Amino acid sequence: MKKYLLATLALMAAPASAETVAITGGKVVIGDGSAPIENGTVVLRDGKVVAAGSGVSIPADARTVDATGRWVTPGIFAGFSRVGLSEIGGVSQTNDTSGGSSAYNASIDVVPAINPKASAIAVNRTAGVTRAVVAPSTGQNIFAGFGAIIDLGQDYEAVTKARAFQFVEFGESGAAEAGGSRSALYAEFRSMLAEAARYARAPASYDSDILTRSDAKALQDVINGRVRLIVHVERASDILQLIKLGREYPRIKLVMAGVSEGWLVADKIAASGIPVIASALNDLPESFESIAATQSNIGRMKRAGVNVAIGMINDWDQTQLRYSTQYAGNLVAIGKIPGASGLSWDEAFAAITSGPAKTLGIDGRIGSLRPGRVGDVVIWDGDPLELSSAPVMVMIDGVQQSLDNRQARLRERYRTPQEGALPKAYER
Amino acid sequence: MRIALLVPLLSIAMVGCAASSSDNEVQSSSVETGKKERIRFSDNPYPSTYKPYPSTATVITGATVYDGEGGRIDGGVVFLSGGKIVSVGGPDTAIPGDATVLDGTGKYITPGIIDVHSHLGNYPSPSVDAVSDGNEVTGPVTPDVWAEHGVWPQDPGFSRALANGGVTSLQILPGSANLFGGRSVTLKNVPARTTQAMKFPDAPYGLKMACGENPKRVYGSRRQKPGSRMGNLALNRQTWAKAVEYKRRWDKYADEGGSAPARNIGMDTLKAALEGKIKIHNHCYRADEMATVIDMAKEFGYTVSAFHHAVESYKIADLLRDNGICSAMWADWWGFKLEAYDGIPENAALVENAGACAIIHSDDEDQIQRLNQEAAKALADGRRMGLDISDATAIQWITYNAAKALGIEERTGSLKAGKMADVVLWNGNPLSVYSRPEKVWVDGALLYDANDPVRRPVSDFELGQPGEGDVK
Repeated sequence: MKKYLLATLALMAAPASAETVAITGGKVVIGDGSAPIENGTVVLRDGKVVAAGSGVSIPADARTVDATGRWVTPGIFAGFSRVGLSEIGGVSQTNDTSGGSSAYNASIDVVPAINPKASAIAVNRTAGVTRAVVAPSTGQNIFAGFGAIIDLGQDYEAVTKARAFQFVEFGESGAAEAGGSRSALYAEFRSMLAEAARYARAPASYDSDILTRSDAKALQDVINGRVRLIVHVERASDILQLIKLGREYPRIKLVMAGVSEGWLVADKIAASGIPVIASALNDLPESFESIAATQSNIGRMKRAGVNVAIGMINDWDQTQLRYSTQYAGNLVAIGKIPGASGLSWDEAFAAITSGPAKTLGIDGRIGSLRPGRVGDVVIWDGDPLELSSAPVMVMIDGVQQSLDNRQARLRERYRTPQEGALPKAYER
Repeated sequence: MRIALLVPLLSIAMVGCAASSSDNEVQSSSVETGKKERIRFSDNPYPSTYKPYPSTATVITGATVYDGEGGRIDGGVVFLSGGKIVSVGGPDTAIPGDATVLDGTGKYITPGIIDVHSHLGNYPSPSVDAVSDGNEVTGPVTPDVWAEHGVWPQDPGFSRALANGGVTSLQILPGSANLFGGRSVTLKNVPARTTQAMKFPDAPYGLKMACGENPKRVYGSRRQKPGSRMGNLALNRQTWAKAVEYKRRWDKYADEGGSAPARNIGMDTLKAALEGKIKIHNHCYRADEMATVIDMAKEFGYTVSAFHHAVESYKIADLLRDNGICSAMWADWWGFKLEAYDGIPENAALVENAGACAIIHSDDEDQIQRLNQEAAKALADGRRMGLDISDATAIQWITYNAAKALGIEERTGSLKAGKMADVVLWNGNPLSVYSRPEKVWVDGALLYDANDPVRRPVSDFELGQPGEGDVK
């Protein structure tokens, strides 16, 4: 009951702009893989982290938030999602994840479709998720378009970084998009990139049957490495083929997503230097490209030196980014099982904060409480990876956020199911 | 006189007094019963051939015990022998001399976890058309199909549910494309060559029904009935009316003889449901639709055992309590379709708080591996809104209450003397994200041991493949 009251107070006190805040007395987790700091202080100013740790001086003008007995961490960064692109996945009118039958593919950009007021944004913000990778789904060919990095704040300014990456399907999905085989997928990939290069040489006269003008233009930043290319790939042999393909296109900055069989070829992934946003708990041969899936995958890749973080590709990626903490906690749990490889708590927490940021080269800007990072801070009522814990305060860019959402409103309306003097519709 | 009394309750089998589950000899010939000949046939033509594996008398001492019925014992002693639970008690419980003693200090014991809603085997891994056998999507009314005839026992998901989730029993249901999806089957989570060798002995069958979006979408898109929720109800009622008539004809035949009614395999199932012998498991998300189904059940004289995916149970928890219907729920799934839009994470806790029967189910090959965690989240969300619910009650959501909905609560689902020794020893509190099963016993047989790679099942499908026998 006390916790509930606290959450309500936090909700009512939410100010609109970034303030100077000092959060004191809590167990501070920086999020970069370092150990938690007892009785630490986090200072935010102008929407950024100024300092975090012990022995941090508190500015005179700071509002002080007492976090004694609580955990203070960077906000969770969902390493792969499609949040904000749909209100209800199964209601097609609200679902902007895929261009469907559109003629446009690589040139699709998720930004205009992102709805900061999508219910899932508030629901996941309430659970401590403050940033997310938002990727489109494929439509008519292997390229899905440009994804973005967004915040889950309550205002309309959601986009942290537009055109943060291009997304492409390899493996079984890519093969299907390319007409039916992995070989066709490779032919399609190479010929599309060749067409894009031809476009670059003579844009005015460009005409192509296999790659529209706008898609050819879109791929320029992929080819020249200004925009990363996230590739969905699962099977070990597909991973190795992708690494080889990467050598053909040395300027392309590859990132792999999914990677269920990564552990089988972890040393080769590590040697390639390609970062990985992996599914945490896939442990079934859900397809023939994930026969060797195991929850030890991330731990084993980590031990092999792979730059690996947690993402939720095709796993409730529109609604349940809040599973990130549970997934990270599970990777700590399996570390205790003989023969399994998990993550340490510090590694696991980094895998859902600075980790995804690192795979996308933006860890200098978001994902941890190191100085200069965005002021995304969550105060939790307990260990953030534990199932019983929840945020009591969420800040995004230094602005305290509402912890209200549709679910909370429904909960309060139906605290007792029976009607009172008036129908339920009057209770709010 | 016997007949006169029992007619309303008679099943097909009882017409000939044949084929109880333990005596499942198929009898299709006519025999003399009194002066009249009766056609008889087995109500159990595909019987369980499950046999418990050998077990060792085992005592676990010093563990925290959640008994599955809301009880908790600290420093508890659990004694398993002969495939049964012999005793469960506190630290002073006598320890038999001839049993293997395991020190459970710092560990936790629960009954084997039960998933009331699974598609392992009929939507198995790998998820490809060749083994997608969970929906007979050729018509909206298919009570004639049986889930067990589409369950592939080599689904690797069974082993994951055992090792990671401590699941020892589970109900495999047909999918929700159809209004009447068919018969479910309850299984022991023991790897086997045949599905029959997994069947929970003498467990009642279930009948899967589905409300809402799925049937009307699947058939409406074919310009076929049902294309609306109205059509759903109309076809449901039409079907139940036929079933009532079918039952009446067979009851009359049992009573008076004459020419035997034509047998209808689907109607056999509905007749048994009307007789209370088959449990009704009704996929139904919305509160208003559940209320309608409750009255439809009254109209035709059956009872609903559980509403599944009941994301709006919290809106009518009082009604569900008053009608004695369980709600099988996810902890926090919501928003993937419109009828799931109002799902809230406090649903299970609110149902519990109202005094209704709450169950956490999976419907998922991943979440079946962590129903304990799902229950823990649902518990935490309830407490956060101020509801006073014990840890032991949350365990009941995934053990005894699930067993009750399946009609197997006298046999498993809690740690009571004489029940099946379906037991999980956890390496920590099962309501913590950091805990996993350490040992799992089914009917007293140790079938998973985290410390022993030999006690880790590998399905035929995974044999000889990359990652064979790995920890998963």
